[in-house]
Amino acid sequence: MKPTIEQQLWMYKHMVTSRYLEESLLAVYMEGKTPVFNMGEGPIPGEMHLSNGQEPCAVGVCAHLTPTDVVTSYHRPHHVAVAKGVDLNRMVAEIMGKKTGLSGGRGGHMHLFDPTVNFSCAGIVAQGLAPAVGAMLSRHLQKKPGVAVAYLGEGATNAGAFHESLNLAAVWNLPVLFVVEDNSWGISVSKAQSTAVPRNDARAAGYGMPGVYVPGNDADAIFDAAGEIIERMRKGGGPALMELETYRLAGHFVGDAEGYRPEGEKEALQAKDPIPAYSKRLIETGALTDDSDRELVQAAHAKVDAAIAFGRESSYPDPEEAMQHVFA
Amino acid sequence: MAEAETITAAKTAHKRLTIARAMADAIAHEMRTDERVFVMGEDIGPLGGVFGNTRGLIEEFGPERVRDTPISETGFIGAAVGAAMDGMRPVVELMFADFVGVCLDIIYNAAAKNCYFSGGNVHVPMVLMTSTGAGYSDGGQHSQCMYGTFAHLPGMKVVVPSNSYDAKGLMTAAIRDPNPVIYMFHKRLQGMGWLGTEKGATVACPEEPYTVEIGKAKTVREGVDITIVSLGMGVHWALQAAEKLASDGVSAEVVDLRSLVPLDRDHVFASVKKTGRLIVVDEDYKSYGITGEIIATIAERDISVLKASPQRVAFPDIPIPYSRSMEYWALPSADKIIAAYQRMER
Repeated sequence: MKPTIEQQLWMYKHMVTSRYLEESLLAVYMEGKTPVFNMGEGPIPGEMHLSNGQEPCAVGVCAHLTPTDVVTSYHRPHHVAVAKGVDLNRMVAEIMGKKTGLSGGRGGHMHLFDPTVNFSCAGIVAQGLAPAVGAMLSRHLQKKPGVAVAYLGEGATNAGAFHESLNLAAVWNLPVLFVVEDNSWGISVSKAQSTAVPRNDARAAGYGMPGVYVPGNDADAIFDAAGEIIERMRKGGGPALMELETYRLAGHFVGDAEGYRPEGEKEALQAKDPIPAYSKRLIETGALTDDSDRELVQAAHAKVDAAIAFGRESSYPDPEEAMQHVFA
Repeated sequence: MAEAETITAAKTAHKRLTIARAMADAIAHEMRTDERVFVMGEDIGPLGGVFGNTRGLIEEFGPERVRDTPISETGFIGAAVGAAMDGMRPVVELMFADFVGVCLDIIYNAAAKNCYFSGGNVHVPMVLMTSTGAGYSDGGQHSQCMYGTFAHLPGMKVVVPSNSYDAKGLMTAAIRDPNPVIYMFHKRLQGMGWLGTEKGATVACPEEPYTVEIGKAKTVREGVDITIVSLGMGVHWALQAAEKLASDGVSAEVVDLRSLVPLDRDHVFASVKKTGRLIVVDEDYKSYGITGEIIATIAERDISVLKASPQRVAFPDIPIPYSRSMEYWALPSADKIIAAYQRMER
């Protein structure tokens, strides 16, 4: 399923938005953390897991989804949240711990919930998989439409919840697409050191579901593969697994010295940055001109700048608000 | 609450039910009136639940809404979380509370926290029913209570019925609650023929649905000399002890907590204020648990109401032994409660 020019521009716009969002968040994150890096300081404290480099995995799949479809993501969620349409202002405000944030500052960047677009993420590896299965059980019982996409890193395929969730989705034939973002590293441990098979699409056979591998970290290729699978799922075809080759251009978290990377790996990855390559392709095929590229990028940046400003200008919650919303 | 219960009770026909039957009746009624309610777990379909509490449901509602699952607690409890967040009202069974070790993450990190993490924008209305309790030599991985473990972790309500009236009303309340509710039923109160059953757990229940409010304790025996606070099976040991104490001229009040979260601290305090003496009975492990919490509640609020040092009768901090002699040596009992009273009076 090839993307139309319109779909390509949608994917490009959301990749640019996600990247610039993360660059902007990084700049804010580093405020107050120099010369001495203390994770607890600055306007954005805590761990910060950036997804730059992995944007194609988000847009290539989410381009096929509607707001009623369900997406669960993990501790590196920004690119998927952007592609799923999570409100940028409230997301940035949440990451800054502000009252106007998605949850009023109770969650932070690993706990983003936007029920208006059925997006959620979690900080525990592989935790979002079974809830995605359950969301589709709910749709099945209610006879309501929708598919679910559960994002996970390649490291999560070795967690027990992966096995249980894939088996359950398959045994109940529910439309859940498990998207493995293979960036080769589980923090500092390589995929080769941790995973018994070189590619996780092979594992799909163990659950009687189709497994697809998409190399190249390419939005169009991911769009193509995901499109066929999701169309099949919408027709009652049951779950599937995709493993997507991707690159984590930064460390596991901001502040990660990345000493575990082989020499030269990081530089080589920068050369494979998927966004400039995609922009080049769109210009070559005529989908974009230099002018329309500039306009699109400027518009995306303006939206992010506005979200950062919204976050900065929002007030912090009253400390006592910590006691609210433990129960419904 | 007691008054409301009486009014409801007066209007409707009553039937003596086991806790197992009471739970199934409550679930069935909610399934008839609310299409969002469904049940899943291991062996809850044609088998009717290992402890009988889903018996008859699959015959009435079919396998779509009464789903046997794989032995996959993280998978199906996680699915319950996702279904609840998507608008359903799942009732799931964790066959033994001891098994929570394989699925605690999805319970305490997701079910219990997603409402908070979403700023109240996402609710997780699900019931996790799970069996507790020792006393039939099932060994240390099938006999634990885990009350304190669940009650310690914020974001979940926790209820523990001691009789079928409360079991039915608490189940109805749990299913209608917009929060995750951990519903802990004691195997030796369940009324299963193959498990020794405490007779006092099988009581008359209205046939019509009713709720027992979550978070309300109940005084199940009035007294003036001492308060015995307990839950689940412990309530029956406490009642037996109270009976024996009465023959010695001691008037014991017995408070059934019924809910651990929210905990009815006011009710417990009012009773202890009246009697001045407190024994807390818990089949769960002694340290860092309910017995300490109840005593701390009194001490924190007004230690001067105590006429003697409070006592605890709880399971010692050891794995639950298999051999009958060792298991019963470790379990609470009416005699141990009486001994605790005698220690206070020494």
